[in-house]
Formats: sequence, C-alpha cells, structure tokens
Amino acid sequence: MPKAKPKAAACELKLSPRKYWWLEVWVYGAVVLLGLVLCWLIGDILWRGLPQWSWAFFSTGPVDAGLGGGVAPILISSIAILLVTLVVSVPVALLTAIALTQATGRGRGGAFVVRRFVEVLAGVPSIVFGLFGNALFCVYLGWGYSILSGGLTMACMVLPLLIRTSEVAIRSVPIHYRQAAAALGLGPASTLFRVVLPAAMPSLMAGLVLSVGRALSETAALIFTSGYVTRMPESVWDSGRSLSVHVYDLAMNVAGGTSRSYASAAVLVGLILFINLVSRWMFFSTAHTRVPEVRLD
Amino acid sequence: MITTRNLSISYLGRPALRDVNLEIPRGEVLAIVGPSGCGKSSFLSALNRLTDLVPEARVTGQVMVDGQDIFGSTQNRLALRRKIGMIFQRPNPFAMSVRRNMELAQREFGVRNRDALETRSRTALQAVGLWDEVQDRMTQSALQLSGGQQQRLCIARALALEPEVLLLDEPCSSLDPISSQRIETLIRDLRDKLTVVIVTHNLAQARRVADRVAVFWTKDQVGQLIESGETETIFSRPSDPLVADYLQGRQG
Repeated sequence: MPKAKPKAAACELKLSPRKYWWLEVWVYGAVVLLGLVLCWLIGDILWRGLPQWSWAFFSTGPVDAGLGGGVAPILISSIAILLVTLVVSVPVALLTAIALTQATGRGRGGAFVVRRFVEVLAGVPSIVFGLFGNALFCVYLGWGYSILSGGLTMACMVLPLLIRTSEVAIRSVPIHYRQAAAALGLGPASTLFRVVLPAAMPSLMAGLVLSVGRALSETAALIFTSGYVTRMPESVWDSGRSLSVHVYDLAMNVAGGTSRSYASAAVLVGLILFINLVSRWMFFSTAHTRVPEVRLD
Repeated sequence: MITTRNLSISYLGRPALRDVNLEIPRGEVLAIVGPSGCGKSSFLSALNRLTDLVPEARVTGQVMVDGQDIFGSTQNRLALRRKIGMIFQRPNPFAMSVRRNMELAQREFGVRNRDALETRSRTALQAVGLWDEVQDRMTQSALQLSGGQQQRLCIARALALEPEVLLLDEPCSSLDPISSQRIETLIRDLRDKLTVVIVTHNLAQARRVADRVAVFWTKDQVGQLIESGETETIFSRPSDPLVADYLQGRQG
C-alpha cells in the first residue's frame, strides 16, 4: 500500500508523485517569475517616472530636446496617430474577419489564401513595415513625415493581429446563437449584426485593446513615417513624435535624458492602462453582454 | 398540412435518413420517438430547412407545407421559418435582455410599433406562463433566468411570430421534472392553435402529449420511419414487433 494517495491530476498525467511535485514547482515558479517581472517593470517606470509628473509636464511642450518642459504635443501626436490607425484598421479588419468566417463552399479556397497572407503579414518585423510605409506614404504618395503616414503604417502593422483576434472572436460565438437566429427567420445580415457581433463584442474589444497596445508602443516604424518633430501638430499632415519615439530618443540620443524618459514612459504605460480599463468598463460591466451562462449538461 | 414524400437526408454522402413518407395533420401534436441516431432531429430540421445551415447535409425528396414544396426554388426560407418555429434541446436565448429577445425577430418581420411589439410579447409570454415571472425583469439579461424559464422564453419568442407549426427537438431533455411538466402542459394548450412536432426520448411524455406518434428506427445503418399512427393504437397494438419491444422498454 502506498503511504500517500497520489493526486488525481498526477494520475491523469501518469506521473509519479515526485515528478508531479517538480512539475508543480515549475508551473508555479513560472507564474511567480512572470508576475515579478511585470511588477518590477511597471513599478520601476512608475517609481522613477511619477514624481516628475506635474501639471506643466502635461500642458507644455518639450524644451531643450526634452530635458525640460513637458510632453503635451507628444501626447497629442500619439493619440492622433492611434486614431488614424484605428479608423483605418478596425473597419478593414472587421470586414475581413466577417468575410473569413462566412466563407463556405467555393469561398473557402479564397479564405485559405487570405488567412495565409495574414499569417505572413503578422510575421513581418515592424522595421520592415516602417520602410514600406516610408516608401509608400512618405515618398511615393508624397505625404512626407506625417501623422497620416505614421497612422497608416501602424494600421498595416496591427491589421494581421486585429484580423486574427476578430476572426477568433466571431468564430467563438456559440453555434446555438446562429441556430436560434436562423430558426426565428432572421436573415444573414440580421444574424450577423444583431446576434453574432453583439455576442462577440467582448472578445472583439479584447483584440482591439491588444492592437492599441501594440500601436502605441511601436517605435521603429514610426521614426521612418511620422518623424520626430516635437512641435504641436496642427493637422494629420504635420509630423508628430509619438510617446514611444520620445522615450527612445531621450534614453538613447540625449545625454542625461534617461530620468526624463522615465516620466514619458510612465505616461505611455498610464495611457495603455487607461484604455484597457475604459474598454473593460464599457463592455464588460454592461448587464447584457456576458453573464455566466447556465450550464445544463 | 405537412406532408413529406420520400424525404432522405445524407451527410457527406452518408445517408442518415431514407424515404420518410409522413403526414402531419393541422392542429395535431405529433411525437417522434426512436433510439438515438435514427435521424429524428435531422428529420425535424429538414421541415424548416434548418439543414441549410449544415453545408455537409443534402436533402432529397419533398416536404410539402400547405401544398407547396419548401425546397422549391420560389420558396422564401425566412418566411418559412417564421411560419414554422423551432425549439432546441438546450435553451438558446440570446445574451440580451428578455425584451430584446422577444422583439428581435418581430422587428425583423416588420413589427415596429411600440404598442404592437409590447402586446405581442406579452401575449406570447402569457401563453407560456412566463409573464408573471419576468414582467419586472424585462430589461434584465435572459441568461439570468433559470433553465426552464429560458426554454419557455424561447418558446414565447417563437410564438410571438405567430407561427403555424412549432418544432420541438427534445425540449425537456435539459430541464428538471417540474420545468418539463410545465412545457408539457404548454404543448397540450397549444394543440388546436397550431401544429406541434416534438422529438422526444421520453416515451411516457410522447404518450401524454401526442395525438399521433411516429417511430423512427435505424435499419441497415440508415434511419427510417417504421411505424406511425394514433398514439393509443401505436402504444397498445403496434404492428411492428420492433416497435412493440421498444415501446415496452425491451429494446432501444
């Protein structure tokens, strides 16, 4: 008779108790390690960045290459680039995802090709997107270093991520929603817009937040496309420096700029957390979207 | 009012149901019974062309509703489904408010007037005995209702379209006995007002609610209709020995 009864999970994995103990150490160790890295990263940025925040920091432009002054125009440029990105990429990604999920019969071949393209696009390094954006938007189309060029380049970059997450979100809507809609005589359009998309909304938002995070934190591609002018932009045709480029510039190119770059990095982290929380609050707390489903079987 | 002629269904070329010839008179309750996998649910979903949702499914033969073949080229599938409502094994209300669940399909069919929408919703909810339970919860999520309430909401949602036929695919299989009983009572109340076709594994339930019974069976690995007729006749004097064994619990 064994002294201690092995845990059910250990039996399932066909592991001896000793091996299972090691497995547990590994798994929980990985979790703790990940948590520590995240806390350290965010803690470090906030610890060194937050004390430098002031009203003036958010209301004035940088002085002396960012060693003095604030980040007002840079924050505005970042948000403007982000808006251009979303305005272009969200409709394209959503429509593509819808097309991919609706494809049946002969359409499946086309969907297969599109999906492969998206996968390849997702693997392209951001610097390549930057060069492409520079060549197409800045040079060929003659828009120069501008918020528009930067935003469109970002749109190309987040498109694969957005398409993929949207497709998964739409696909994960339970089949019985479609059945119910069909049985009630709802047409394909109504089924999609009134039943499937609302049900997919929380997951769609999760994908959107992920894409926003990626667009906001992108540096390399923006240096080539939206430039690094620190002036307050007056339109999308103006060049504008994004927060991530500002952080990079202060940390790498400006002597003694490291501590100032922490203040800007804290703004960036704060902005991403803020967008995350707002989207959560908007779509996760409403009464009708996701209530725990009654399990019957 | 519904007549099938040589109705056969196959999935990816594998036949699931062969040559079903069945007449379902208007205003009666027909129960379809038989062992698992004998094509009962496939048969049911052919009646409102829900088989169209399954790309692998192929339907041959005819389904005549009011003298017209529903698979004919001139048929409007959406209008057909309005006329023939369907309820599934698992309650499937949308993750929306109770009110929106009730009104979504009505709006689709052009009921836009506020009062009309409310009246029709209330009438349907009263018909399934849910009105008293949900009238103060119309704006709450339908998913907060209990399983039995959800299933009755789904029936009310279908009834709000004023269908002529209601197809029920094992509507009580995921419900507790009390909720099942309420659904059974409801089905008996619906008799005369509309035609009901119910697939069930519960023979006692079939005997309680149905005017007529159709027994499906798997023969040569294909589902077939082996006997149909008045409920009492089928249960007391079945002509097929297989059916006799099955109905008395000796087989199936």
